[in-house]
Amino acid sequence: MSPLDRIANVSILKQHEVDKLYKVENRPTSSTSDQFCFLVRPRIKTMKYIADIINADKMAGRSRKYKIIFSPQKFYACEMVLEEEGVFGDVSCDEWSFYLLPLDDDIISMELPEFFRDYFLEGDHRWINCVARALQLLNSLYGPFSKAYGIGRCAKMSYELWRDLEEESESDSQGRKPEIGNIFLMDRDTDYVTALCSQVVYEGLVDDTFRIKCGSVDFGPDVTSSDKSIKVLLNSQDKVFSQIRNEHFSSVFGFLSQKSRNLQAQYDRRRGMDIKQMKNFVSQELKGLKQEHRLLSLHIGACESIMKKKTKQDFQEMIKTEHSLLEGFDIRESTSFIEEHIDRQVSPIESLRLMCLLSITENGLIPKDYRSLKTQYLQSYGPEHLLTFHNLKRIGLLTEQSPGETLTAVESKVSKLVTDRAAGKITDAFNSLARKSNFRGISKKLGLIPRVDGEYDLKMPRDMAYVFSGAYIPLSCKIIEQVLERKSWLGLEEVLRLLNGNEFSVTESAGEDSPAWESQRIILTVFLGGCTFSEIAALRFLGKEKGYKFIFLTTAITNSARMMEAMIETKA
Amino acid sequence: MLTIHCGQNHLKESKRAVNSLRDIVDDDDDDLEKVSWSGDPVGSISWSIKETASSSTSSLESRDSSLQKGYSSYSAFPKQASSYSLSSLFKGEVPHTQFGQMGFSSTVSRGNHFILAFSAGSPCTVLSPLCGSLVLTCFTHVHIFLSPTEILFQELEVRQVALCHLIHFLKETSEQKLLLDLLRFLDRTEEVALSQYREHLNIQDVEKRREFLKGCIGLPFSAEDTSHVQDHYTLLERQIIIEANDRHLETAGQSEIFRKYPRKASILNMPLVTTLFYSCFYHYTEAEGTFSSPTNLKKTFKIPDKQYVLTALAARAKLRAWNDVDALFTTKNWLGYTKKKAPIGFHRVVEILQRNNAPVQVLQEYVRLVEDVETQLNLATKYKCHDVVIDTYRDLKDRIQLAAYRCKVERGSAEEEKIDSILNNTQIRWKN
Repeated sequence: MSPLDRIANVSILKQHEVDKLYKVENRPTSSTSDQFCFLVRPRIKTMKYIADIINADKMAGRSRKYKIIFSPQKFYACEMVLEEEGVFGDVSCDEWSFYLLPLDDDIISMELPEFFRDYFLEGDHRWINCVARALQLLNSLYGPFSKAYGIGRCAKMSYELWRDLEEESESDSQGRKPEIGNIFLMDRDTDYVTALCSQVVYEGLVDDTFRIKCGSVDFGPDVTSSDKSIKVLLNSQDKVFSQIRNEHFSSVFGFLSQKSRNLQAQYDRRRGMDIKQMKNFVSQELKGLKQEHRLLSLHIGACESIMKKKTKQDFQEMIKTEHSLLEGFDIRESTSFIEEHIDRQVSPIESLRLMCLLSITENGLIPKDYRSLKTQYLQSYGPEHLLTFHNLKRIGLLTEQSPGETLTAVESKVSKLVTDRAAGKITDAFNSLARKSNFRGISKKLGLIPRVDGEYDLKMPRDMAYVFSGAYIPLSCKIIEQVLERKSWLGLEEVLRLLNGNEFSVTESAGEDSPAWESQRIILTVFLGGCTFSEIAALRFLGKEKGYKFIFLTTAITNSARMMEAMIETKA
Repeated sequence: MLTIHCGQNHLKESKRAVNSLRDIVDDDDDDLEKVSWSGDPVGSISWSIKETASSSTSSLESRDSSLQKGYSSYSAFPKQASSYSLSSLFKGEVPHTQFGQMGFSSTVSRGNHFILAFSAGSPCTVLSPLCGSLVLTCFTHVHIFLSPTEILFQELEVRQVALCHLIHFLKETSEQKLLLDLLRFLDRTEEVALSQYREHLNIQDVEKRREFLKGCIGLPFSAEDTSHVQDHYTLLERQIIIEANDRHLETAGQSEIFRKYPRKASILNMPLVTTLFYSCFYHYTEAEGTFSSPTNLKKTFKIPDKQYVLTALAARAKLRAWNDVDALFTTKNWLGYTKKKAPIGFHRVVEILQRNNAPVQVLQEYVRLVEDVETQLNLATKYKCHDVVIDTYRDLKDRIQLAAYRCKVERGSAEEEKIDSILNNTQIRWKN
């Protein structure tokens, strides 16, 4: 529902004679309208719900008109299901190719959270076409992009499909001045570590704590200090938010209190005013001050709520554990912390997240730990999570070290299943078997753990590590930084080997004139499988440092909780 | 390798493709010519109008006939029952615009691009997102016209991406039988077991679920997973017994604990640790022989000491049963002396006690048992265990801190007196 809220509201729909809005669910509707229009994502489950509604109508002898609008596109599978349910003939189908939702000045989301699970877990390529379409659209509006970089199988496929689309379309972008010069595509699985870390920049923290949906968040009574909840749009329009969003949380309180003091001072000015000044004050400034006041109190309330939750949750100790895992020491202690976390039934999502972080940074858990932590998890959170563990293993987030399994052993196993003459070619579906995380090696080669003498200054950070309190530079962002600096992948061969390759760098045939420098500064960064606010903050910082401007295109905003939830299998 | 390329110049390209198909397709060349692309480029208004018209006006029946119309050219289709390969099925894909999308739509069709390898035995590297739809189309048609599906399975086995798509689709549409057949065929026995096990989530009735789980035990899980499933079954079985028994106790109204603390939820389908907590709460004193006793649960499910103590502590602390808490940590050594031990850190014990508002005397006792001095001091200060703080600073010979702490205690209290007497003690060699 939420993306719609960013586009239109009910009054506009009412103007077009829409009577009522319902959510499509596994429930019958009670409506007297003679026309139903379903605006849906192309999901099988949704088709079944729709079919149930139509069949229920039929049984009751109601006749209605039904229209299904698929967004962003229709899948054949959906039609099949409608046909199977015997309602295909009763509906008319349409498509609304709505690919891009701008969440802010520099963030565009495709609002496809299912992309992550569908592609990375199920190996389903259904959404790649949407990505290519989105790229085509952006290219037609702001391109032509002169240079394309990428890493990851999905990035490669999306890029190639997009190029094909471009070739076939009669684009008239000749001689057009591009506004965006570069594009960088990255698969989420290039860097799972960053996505699994706790976020400590304000926007990330708000997302982790309250869950930001389509750029807006629900603040409950504990934040608003009243008995009401409020939905707040969080973007650059919020003057307070835009100044604190990328800051490390430790700086935020100081900033907010400073702002409050200023605000108070401004309010106080009215004491010494005469009538004329007062009138002026009320008509010109008061509204702005009131607005600022409202925003300040909201964000202060949010900070307080966050602090309260974190103190309760042993946040300090958890961050310490995370940092140990990132840096690669005190692993036994970290494992004990995780074990205790599970035993205390603190949170099924958090426990999973920590286990995955341990697994990714350590190239899998040692078999003894894997067995014991898994057993304890099932005992603490439910035996049905057996299925969750299977998913995590499949996707490579939580694996077991197997000492005997070298690459060649895996290959021979795979070639038994694949009757391929060119044995040794490991196909997509089995890549996760062969895929090793190699985080330590990559971290060393890229210098992801900064060496700090003394305190790391979080107020005036010197590198991207500030988004994780100075402990770790996000891998995804570091890769982007390095490639942009070198304008290629040269010199990164060893890292690429550890990342399992699939990188590319293409210079499109530039127009007759050399590309404007202005557009060359601007890089469209495409995250396939989701992007976190921490990464956005880090790249914004990089942009300021190096004179780039990053525009973010993501299949959806994500964080560790969403990723874990996508893997959990406890509902039918 | 054959490349089929469908683009915006749909007609031109597809005609080319169709013609090139001829080379590898065994028969029915004439029929191929009958294939009618609608003639309208996909995405044009006229095409779109026809699309909407056909899908909205046709009933299932007329749709079937158009299906057949599309396939009538391929009269060979049903006849060639034995030598089907996916390649011949792709003939059937050609007239698709007449009745179906196969992922084609006004926006999608432009530039859909996929590569299929038809040479025998080589794996299909399908790059297109359309592949899924392609496979599904073929799958449906094969399903309708052909059985067994084994031949299709054979073809799919070597086309990994297509396989992923199909498996995902079968999961989504809950085609359980086909999914299991396919997985069995691929020898992915563990997944067969897990897929079947997954079905238990759909069973709401506990008795039926219990029966179902019992049936899952023999499935081809890995050795560890088999024991997990076994535990799942045993746990549910126990919970059913406990639930029935306790419901009875509650309604009878004789049991004090149930009267004082009425149950907020049933124990059914709860995790083991929750069940243990429940058992430590309501059935703590029961002998090991009963199904609801904590010790029985511990034994049956081999719950490690750490977990057991943690859970029992939480339950007894909630009930403010400080003696029980005491007993959990007291062990008698062979000489008959008691001492306190814990498989979990005492700082955890303190936290849990504090959360349950344990009186300071109780808290204090356990704070003293915290091994690390710094942690001990922090906890003591945090929870206002004055005596512990005072004693610790005295032991550390830290005069400054002790003097500073004086303002934290109540004026005129025993603690203040104690601090004063220590500060005035000339025997102590203060370090500062």
